[in-house]
Amino acid sequence: MQYHTPGSFDDAATIAAKAEGVTRFLAGGTDVLVQLRADMVTPDVLIDIKHIDGVSDIAREDGGWRIGVAVTGAEMTEHPELDKEWPGVVEAMDLIGSTQIQGRATLVGNLCNGSPAADSVPAMIAAGASVSVVGPDGSRTIKVEDVPTGPGRTSLEKGEVVSAVHLPARGDNGGDAYLRFIPRTEMDIAVVGCGVNLRLDGDRVAEARVSLGAVAPTVLLVEEAAQAVIGTTLDAAALEALSAAASAACKPINDKRGTIEFRTHVAGVLAKRAAKIAYDRAGGAK
Amino acid sequence: MTMIHVTTTVNGDEVEFLCDPRETLLDVLRDRLALTGAKEGCGTGDCGACSVTVDDRLVCSCLMLGAEAEGKSIGTIEGMADGEALHPLQEKFIEYAALQCGVCTPGVLVATEALLKKNPDPTETEVRYWLAGNLCRCTGYDKIIRAVLDTAADLRKAS
Repeated sequence: MQYHTPGSFDDAATIAAKAEGVTRFLAGGTDVLVQLRADMVTPDVLIDIKHIDGVSDIAREDGGWRIGVAVTGAEMTEHPELDKEWPGVVEAMDLIGSTQIQGRATLVGNLCNGSPAADSVPAMIAAGASVSVVGPDGSRTIKVEDVPTGPGRTSLEKGEVVSAVHLPARGDNGGDAYLRFIPRTEMDIAVVGCGVNLRLDGDRVAEARVSLGAVAPTVLLVEEAAQAVIGTTLDAAALEALSAAASAACKPINDKRGTIEFRTHVAGVLAKRAAKIAYDRAGGAK
Repeated sequence: MTMIHVTTTVNGDEVEFLCDPRETLLDVLRDRLALTGAKEGCGTGDCGACSVTVDDRLVCSCLMLGAEAEGKSIGTIEGMADGEALHPLQEKFIEYAALQCGVCTPGVLVATEALLKKNPDPTETEVRYWLAGNLCRCTGYDKIIRAVLDTAADLRKAS
């Protein structure tokens, strides 16, 4: 295995583009090293991107935030402002693993690992987050929901590397939330996850984004669920419509963590609960 | 196989080593630096027996490569006692018999020290969540939690 420590994303992309065999980028390593040690994925070329300037920074950008690819969950939780504007994103990241994992795990690692059950991904999608991607032919920006294409797979091409996460400006009267179901209280993988992001106009929902995890081959952005609450005051009828739309979007698998019926039902329940929290955070508490 | 030359700091001392790029920090600590306090329980970041600090951040040394230690400051259980004088947490773990086989104990102590540096007055719930990634299969957790809370109270009185 070759181990590289490039000083720029262009260099990282060049190394990856020329690499032969299995290539992995290394930031927190909480998935890459587990796969390496379990002999699931043994990289021929490992590119450690933590020596690139700015990768550990959480910085203001266009009223929103630019989060470096090596920023850990612990650093997001400790940040004095981030969780005031995007509490759903921060709480989703904070749910992943133990204190020790929080010391290393990153948003982009969670995204690029490609798990449909990744906790931070529904929260990022609900928030309208995007990522910058550097490749051998230049850079592009893509929405988070366009990155996963299936379990363990992403839309990134050979040689492409994510260089930052962008959270939009929070703006007024907005709030987000993430909830997941696990059979324990801590240290588990989502059976269902749900991120909701709302903006209110008075007491009515003006904008909404609803995302579901662990109920399909990729994390879903559920437009029908958003439409179910837009224009409403999130009253009982709106919540029922939201729940039905969330459940209808589910295409889950049966496995030891949850049946199809259970996951489909819980998706609706979590959508309602997360929407109520997001509504309260957006200032709509009645 | 090309070996990587790494210069790092372990428990305040500068050390250098050569390692294979696939070697974890835990492998390096145990097999190259003879610091066998950190244990390999699972090797996949679930059990916390290999807990160390890297630049004061608690991590699993099994989920970090030795090569990544370049320029970092590593803290292990071997750096906890001051010579022959045990750290108050170590004293209290003995007093409470908060261990049986001892395999999880170095990781629990390193994790707990990191907690008390960050939060000198944790609630029981905070201690339990903080230590959720440190698995003990012998004693159960109550003695550990009580030892941590009692140490925290003592340290607050002393400061």
